[in-house]
Amino acid sequence: MTPIAIIMMIIAIVTVWGGLVLALVNLQKHPEDEGALPEEQAWEL
Amino acid sequence: MSSSSSARPSAPVKRETFSSRRLFILSAIGSAVGLGNIWRFPYIAYDNGGGAFLIPYLMALLTAGIPLLFLDYAVGHKFRGSAPLAYRRLHRAAEPLGWWQVLVCFVIAAYYAVIIAWSLMYMIFSFTKAWGDDAEGFFFGNFLAVAEAPGLGFEFVPSVFFPLLLIWAAVIAIMVAGIRKGISRANAVLLPLLMVMFLLLVVQSLFLPGAADGLNAFFTPDWSALGNPSVWAAAYGHIFFSLSVGYGIMVTYSSYLKRRTDLTGSGMVVAFSNSGFEILAGIGVFAALGFMAQASQAAVDEVVTQGIGLAFIAFPTIVSQAPFGALMGVLFFGSLVFAGITSLISVLEVIVAAVQDKLGWGRVQASVVVSVLVAAVSLGLFPTATGLYLLDTSDAFVNSFGITLGALVTVVVLAWFLRKLPLLSAHLNRISTIKMRRTWMVLVAGIVPLALIYMVANEFISKVSTTYEGYPDWFVGIFGWGMAGGLIVLALVLTFIPWSSRSKAHHDPEYDAVVANEAKETAL
Repeated sequence: MTPIAIIMMIIAIVTVWGGLVLALVNLQKHPEDEGALPEEQAWEL
Repeated sequence: MSSSSSARPSAPVKRETFSSRRLFILSAIGSAVGLGNIWRFPYIAYDNGGGAFLIPYLMALLTAGIPLLFLDYAVGHKFRGSAPLAYRRLHRAAEPLGWWQVLVCFVIAAYYAVIIAWSLMYMIFSFTKAWGDDAEGFFFGNFLAVAEAPGLGFEFVPSVFFPLLLIWAAVIAIMVAGIRKGISRANAVLLPLLMVMFLLLVVQSLFLPGAADGLNAFFTPDWSALGNPSVWAAAYGHIFFSLSVGYGIMVTYSSYLKRRTDLTGSGMVVAFSNSGFEILAGIGVFAALGFMAQASQAAVDEVVTQGIGLAFIAFPTIVSQAPFGALMGVLFFGSLVFAGITSLISVLEVIVAAVQDKLGWGRVQASVVVSVLVAAVSLGLFPTATGLYLLDTSDAFVNSFGITLGALVTVVVLAWFLRKLPLLSAHLNRISTIKMRRTWMVLVAGIVPLALIYMVANEFISKVSTTYEGYPDWFVGIFGWGMAGGLIVLALVLTFIPWSSRSKAHHDPEYDAVVANEAKETAL
């Protein structure tokens, strides 16, 4: 592979997968509000 | 169920919910990651600047894809209904938008299942390399038995009909089981399986001789492409289709979220997971194409293709030539099957939820009636000698004048006519960690419509100037223009059909409580 292709591959992976990691970290920092869960479970089937 | 003699309508069944945010995210990713991520993105990126395409792609993701995704989330979650009910609650005049989206999903579901059925058969063919030395001849001739000219024939092709029947049986079972036991569980199993299989495929592809040449072709940037408006249009166009936005899926899925859920935080995970998968697909597909080019002593640009050509002609050729080809075939076509099923169930859910809301039906009744109806259309029209022409035409027109035009009208109506963006922004910000304020509104009201107008205009000009694919005028007129226009007319007709007395549009204590609660919170 040419150096420029390698660099672009690394940038693509780092930006997109890095964005995913940041989004996951943000979600991890704000866990689901269990207090807001419905008292009664929804009907199913 | 209470008797009809009661003066007051019986309390409607409670709306189903995803049991956790994680399952919602998995289901939304399952919906977004579909066939297009695997067979469309790699070619679009390669054809529009290679490595340089990353810049317009990221711009499109951040300025149009994600803002539109959050618009869908806000509508579905705030108004807690299927697309027609949510838009009706937003404003009576917006209800047809919801029905338009439902009808678009009907068309997509009918032909999308067919491609999954082909993939299923090719997964099996991979063991014997049934296509021999002529993958193209096998696909169009032996397998699909494609007729010489487009038309509407009923010459059934058993090798497509029966796997399609099997796919529909599996999908109906998932739909009937509901959000928690059906859709959530299917995504919780199929999505990780898809990821593992695709990762194995990528690793296998990377070890093939010539893989580096393929990656070179894929990632080498053509910076001059950035000055070409069509490259930017391609990036925006791809992002709209890739994220499953603008045709009711995310409105419907977000309506099943619990009242307090981090919408934007979850949406970011969905959007970047979808893009992450696309990058992975680009690496896997181009590594394999690099091998194919080397094996046939051709340049990579001579073998690059997309869509049906990539999946059912190029990949079988690669499977025949590669070491452990059978494994590669199973991994590739299995990935198409799993990615397809998780997307198909999300498309069907848009229709099921709308019928449930409109008629006040229970889950089982609505799922069975809707799925069987769509399956009947799918099985009746597509596994035939003329099915490929029909699939090609309906796909092209429903994408251009169903999804794209529908998204444009929706955004313009919400942002410019009904001026609901401040209300939706407030809803997103009240419960989410990443705030969507003025910038989000500017993007949704400005950048998104501009990009969509450009795309719709382009499509309109290209489809008016020449008859699509050279097919007969009557064929394109009925199954292209006629179908696309018919969806709009039918959406208006469905809007004027009264909602059942049992419908949640008339009596929904759960939604009323949410509205009352929100009003109380706002007042505090």
